[in-house]
Parts: sequence; C-alpha cells; structure tokens
Amino acid sequence: MNKNLIIAGLAVFVIAVLSPFWFNLVTVTQAAPKPELLGKAKTEKKCVLDKYDMRANHMSLLDEWRVSVVRDADRMYTAANGHSFNMSLSTGENSCLGCHEDKEKFCDSCHTYASVSPYCWECHTNPKEIQ
Amino acid sequence: MNQKYLIPLTTVFLLFLVAYTGVEGAGLQWFFGIVFPYLAVFAFLAGFVIKVMGWASSAVPFRIPTTCGQQKSLPWIKQNCIDNPDTSTGVFIRMVLEIFLFRSLFRNTKAAFNRNVSNKLAYSWEIFLWLGALAFHYSFLVVLLRHFRFFTSPVPSCLKWLEYFDGIVQLGLPGLFVSGVVLLAATLFLLARRIFDTKVTYISQAADYFPLFLIIGIAATGIAMRYFTKVDIMGIKTLTMGLATFSPVIPEGVGGLFYAHVFMVSVLFAYFPASKLMHMGGIFLSPTRNMANNTRAKRHVNPWNYDVKTHTYAEYEDHFRDKMIEAGLPVDKKE
Repeated sequence: MNKNLIIAGLAVFVIAVLSPFWFNLVTVTQAAPKPELLGKAKTEKKCVLDKYDMRANHMSLLDEWRVSVVRDADRMYTAANGHSFNMSLSTGENSCLGCHEDKEKFCDSCHTYASVSPYCWECHTNPKEIQ
Repeated sequence: MNQKYLIPLTTVFLLFLVAYTGVEGAGLQWFFGIVFPYLAVFAFLAGFVIKVMGWASSAVPFRIPTTCGQQKSLPWIKQNCIDNPDTSTGVFIRMVLEIFLFRSLFRNTKAAFNRNVSNKLAYSWEIFLWLGALAFHYSFLVVLLRHFRFFTSPVPSCLKWLEYFDGIVQLGLPGLFVSGVVLLAATLFLLARRIFDTKVTYISQAADYFPLFLIIGIAATGIAMRYFTKVDIMGIKTLTMGLATFSPVIPEGVGGLFYAHVFMVSVLFAYFPASKLMHMGGIFLSPTRNMANNTRAKRHVNPWNYDVKTHTYAEYEDHFRDKMIEAGLPVDKKE
C-alpha cells in the first residue's frame, strides 16, 4: 500500500482519537450546572433519600414507585427519615414537583448536561406547563 | 483448569483490586482518575503510530493476494470482480466488505469427523464465530461512541440519536442500553468458544484470553454502575470533562468501582498497541486483501532489484566460439 496513504489514514485516526480534547477547544463548553433548591424545597430541608443517594438512585426509586402505584395502588412512601411522601412526580403538594417547583432548573439542567432523556415526560406533564 | 486462562483471569482481578483498593483504601483518586488515563492515551497513540509506521516502512515487493474467485482472464470467462479484483475500485469494495462485514471470517469452516460409521473427515460452514465477532465489534463501537457524552458539553445531537436507538426498548430506569448487554453476551460467547471448543483451546494463548477478560471486566463494571450499584453521573462527568479540557478535578463521593472501570479501560488502551488488538490498524494493511490481482496484466518490478551482471548465451558463444567450433559443437553464428 502507498506509504502516503497509510500516513494520511494514520493522521485521521490520531485526530479521531484526540477528538474529546479538540472538540472542547473548538466548541463552547457548557459548564456543569449547579443544582439549585428553589421555593418550597429550600425551606423544607427533607427529601425521600439523603443527598448522594438521591443523586445516584432517584431513577430506581421512581421506577419502584411506578410499580407500586400502578400494580398495587399504594401511593404513600414512608422515607427513612420518617416523613411520608406522595408517590407522584407531579400531583399535589407532597409530590416531587410539588416541592421542587421548577422542573427546568431541578430536573432538566442535570439531565441535559449528562445527556439523559428520561421517558417520564412522555406520559407525565409538568403542571406549570399546562397553566 | 488451564494456566493460559487462569493467569490472565487473575491479572484482571488484580487490576480491578489494585484500582478499587487504591481508591477506597489509599485515596489515590488522582492517580487512577487523572495520571493513568493520560498516560494510557499517550501510550496508545504513540504505540499505535510506531507500530503502523513500522508496518508502512516494511517492503511488500510482490502482489500476494489470496483470492476466492475467478481471476481476470479471457473475455469469455467471467471474472469475480470483488473476490479477485484487478482494479483499485474492486480492491476498495473488497476492503470495505472486509472491514465492515468481516467477509473472510464469514467463510470460516470447521473440520470434524462424521459421527456415523464412515467416520470421514468433513468440512462444514461455521458461522457462529462471525456472528459473535460482528455482535462484539459493533456493540463495542456503540458503547465507545456513547461514552462521548461524558466528554462533550453540550452533547451533540448525533450522540443523542444513538442513545435513543440504543435505548429503544425502554426497559427499566435508567433505561436499558441494548449495546451493553450485547457486548457482555458476545464477549462471554467468544470466551466460551475458547474454553469449550477443544481445538480452539489448544491454539489459545494467555494473550488471547487477557483482552477478553479485560473487556468482560470493563463491560461488567460499567453495567454494574449503571444498573445496580449506581453512581453520581454528574460527579463523573465533572471528572471526565476536566480530563478533556486539561483542568482535571476529583469529584467527591464517586466510589472505587468507577475508578476500577476507568483503570481497566486505561490498561486496555495502554496494552492495545502491543497486542493482537492491533488488527484494528492491521486490517487496512493486509497485503492479501488490499492489492489488486493484476500480476498477469502488469509487470511489477521488485523495487530493490540491483543490476545483476548477466552473461547471455550470445555473449557466451562470442566468448567461446573458437573453442566450440574446434570441439565440433554447433554454434548459432559462425565467425
């Protein structure tokens, strides 16, 4: 094979391997969002799990809740800290969005940053969007 | 039990434990999360370039195509243009099919004795290695590309599309990615083939098992983090974005499993150029695949031929004519 062709191919490969580095140089890199507690969540200071657990595990918890509500009609969740919560994303004061009022700042900022598109919102709606 | 796979298996376990205990016990996050990944990328690129340049500078004096079809011949004999190409277009098509579809492997056969009375040796088509290899390579590619979400911000939409199609089964939360499952299943199949097929066991070396165990370890830790033990993705993305923008930071609360995963990936990268995994670059340079079979149509002169001092028959006769005539030998040219 032609040596120049090999070198050209090798150069393309090296550039491709280094893409995580130069991609961030040529594009404007968005900084990590700072999680913000707003409104009710700021004053309540109680959540279903502690902070790190919540960050890592909230999706599994929501999955368990979905099964519990849909299959067993059990809608109340008693957390380890003794408080009871309504197993719902968006219904009522005692649900996730009832406390964390701003979906965009609370859910979407991190999800967008980590490129996670949860299919929660294919069925559920953000109550604020309806009004 | 066989030392050829026990040693690589133990090595992969040790690599995992070194990173896991190094982080959990000794707090060496900066080493396993920052120093070693950078070193691994450097070793990968330097090793890859050195190896390919070495191959590029080695001579390929002859056309040595292995062919699977009719060569270009008389006009009324039909040529197989892809399997026995005489043009660079044909070679290009053959290489594309080889690289993307592993066409040579598709022709894989196995030899076995018939199970009946005749007990004859028979060759049969063996497609499962090809299927396993395709499943493994493509799922690994998708998994690798998906990981670009940790190194880009905002994440390009093509990666989101890839994630959408990979997660299209919408099972569980976080949603199941098909590629991860296929990757683990395919590597386990390729490993089972090496262990249970006695003829393959016989030709398998530690260097064949080590990458397999390493990739199984990488896939298993990745799947464990995503679906079972759970990790703080935001913390991890802070680390990976730091690596990509040369301002690394160690996030709080990310456990040893993540660093073990990163360490094994780094080891795979660093080991890559020194191993059989270099077939990734080598497939492009396969001399039996990437050359047109046109030796009958074109004269290929060995590039390092030196001037051979020849002594043709005419010169020989000029030299010995008198003596030949004297001895009564026939000569072409008298006087």
